[in-house]
Amino acid sequence: MGDLKLVNEIVNFLSADLRTALPLLLAATGLIFTERAGIVNIGVEGMMLVGSLAGVAGSYFLGNAWLGVLVAVLAGGILGLFFAYLVVTARADQVVIGTAFNILGLGLTTSFARVIFGVNTAPPQIDSFKPVAVPVLSKIPILGPVLFNHSELVYLGLVLVPVVHFILFRTTLGLKIRAVGEHPRAADTVGINVFHVRYGACIVGGMLAGLAGSYLSLSLLNFFTENMTAGRGFIALAAVIFGKWTPLGTLGAALLFGAGDALQYRLQAANSGIPYQLLLMIPYVLTIAALAGFVGRAVAPAASGQPYEKE
Amino acid sequence: MTTRAGKFAGTFIAGGLKSLITPVIAIILALILGAAAIALMGLSPLKAYQSLLQGALGSINGIGETLVKATPLIFTGLSFGLAKKGGLINIGAEGQLYLGGLCSVIVGIALKGWPIFIHLPLAIVAGFIGGGLLGLLSGWLKVRFGASEIITTVMLNYVAQYFVSYMVNGPLIEPPGNFPQSPPVAESAQLPIILAGTRLHLGFIIALLAIVAYYVFLWRTSTGYEVRVVGQNPHAAGYAGMNARRDTLLVMFLAGGLGGLAGVGEILGIQHRLFQNFSPGYGFDGIAVSLLGYNTPIGILLAAILFGILRAGGNMMQMMANVPVAIVYVIQAFVIIFVAAEALMRRWQVKRRAARTAAGAAGLTVEGVSKNG
Repeated sequence: MGDLKLVNEIVNFLSADLRTALPLLLAATGLIFTERAGIVNIGVEGMMLVGSLAGVAGSYFLGNAWLGVLVAVLAGGILGLFFAYLVVTARADQVVIGTAFNILGLGLTTSFARVIFGVNTAPPQIDSFKPVAVPVLSKIPILGPVLFNHSELVYLGLVLVPVVHFILFRTTLGLKIRAVGEHPRAADTVGINVFHVRYGACIVGGMLAGLAGSYLSLSLLNFFTENMTAGRGFIALAAVIFGKWTPLGTLGAALLFGAGDALQYRLQAANSGIPYQLLLMIPYVLTIAALAGFVGRAVAPAASGQPYEKE
Repeated sequence: MTTRAGKFAGTFIAGGLKSLITPVIAIILALILGAAAIALMGLSPLKAYQSLLQGALGSINGIGETLVKATPLIFTGLSFGLAKKGGLINIGAEGQLYLGGLCSVIVGIALKGWPIFIHLPLAIVAGFIGGGLLGLLSGWLKVRFGASEIITTVMLNYVAQYFVSYMVNGPLIEPPGNFPQSPPVAESAQLPIILAGTRLHLGFIIALLAIVAYYVFLWRTSTGYEVRVVGQNPHAAGYAGMNARRDTLLVMFLAGGLGGLAGVGEILGIQHRLFQNFSPGYGFDGIAVSLLGYNTPIGILLAAILFGILRAGGNMMQMMANVPVAIVYVIQAFVIIFVAAEALMRRWQVKRRAARTAAGAAGLTVEGVSKNG
């Protein structure tokens, strides 16, 4: 009987881990594209925030959670395009523009959330995602409840991992993206349009950041709250570095950071006697520890962070 | 050395005047976009900006409030600017601010019956060291493990914020423990008011002194010169026998300390006690302040006052015109974006000019060095 309880605990924990890891994974998957194309986007936090609000607003006005996701993805894509214009065409400092995007995202969402939903009112009912048990698969002991009883967005995120891996490492497009990130001049010489590839990567990165944001507000928490990303964009950035710029590695990193979050919730619920503020620190401390412990040995794309100038 | 420093000071004042055009254009464009956002909400931009100005500059109290808000922004602006000069990105001023506030409050509460000219400086120094150590931690993680300071400083923001929240809910809570706040600091640890009838406190003067110290350190000391060279080109600095690692640690400590002072001013100057979430994002605003001011002492002062106006007037704007204060963030973000994009256009101009007149090239390079980081 005791064993069964423990197994249940573990199943619940792993399932929660996947749920909390998913926004990190979605945003990080987008970041893999941008980073591989040689662009550092620390503005992903702001893009996620905009995605969160856009998702809720879309679902609120259009009455359908999927349409909310679509609005969020579009909003993220537009931000990605704007970001690309600034760092690729105008060649502005990527870190500075990224920071500006974070402040912009916070300002826009805080202002517009008030206007759209009012100040002190109860959150309106909006269409959001519920866990969907996959037939047959969800009946597998342990693995079933851990992997196959989530919202559709979780499955989408998990499917993205092999897809992105395939695109990056098995297709010409992936080769182009990586070439642009490693040696843009050489890529240019063999006829790859560096600017197009970077624009594409930024837009896809923005769309996935928007998707990640909408997952937060339409699946994980079911509404928009001020600054609800709470640093997840930055943690996603750390997950990419920690996962050495590969989809699979990033999945592992996201699960690790997600575990910190899930553990924190669990300990809070369990009334462990540990002050909750110290538990809330866990994901952030874990991120720092992971960066310090492993990243020294990881090698970033060579042209990362440098604007490309055609001669 | 002195002549070189003097020459630098000369170019930098001239450059400062010349570069006034860009920030002004950036501010105007950002205000226009802010107005567009306000209009999009169905509210009146004109009324919003009117009440903003009225609130920030319409009375002695308003002006005092503007300078009160500018004070932490000067510190956090200097914090980001100093790190940037050293080739580092410090997005951790927010956390450093929290830790600085915490440390100054501990000294402010723990010591009793001390004369103000000993107690107050001790509390201020404690805050500086508190913030400095948090900055140093990021510097050490970078030097020792190669961990990007961009991410570690951001992560430590959250850690510091939660730590302060824990302290005022637990060990530091004011008995009997009804509210999550610390007891007030002793009067001998409070920054005195310097403008009667307002909340403007001595912290503003300290901020002005910090600006002077920033200038003297970076442009008048050999260590400061080294920091700027390392920030500009770490490889060249290495060949010249400069110790980039040591400079990283020093710069992150000082930058953190400046961030800590922002917290000191808020706590010892205004709140007189610690509670959670006492900063409305002054740490992040510092990034905008530093960029807008091109990391020059005067530039940072002017930019901080501008953002002080936005902050101080923001509340009036919310009250009178119903426009959320958060629109101020939108304006700030666009200021950063326009300054960052404009700086590039200027670099193109410099390049074109340099190509045209080879003779003028040497002088322009010097200017480029002083402007670039």
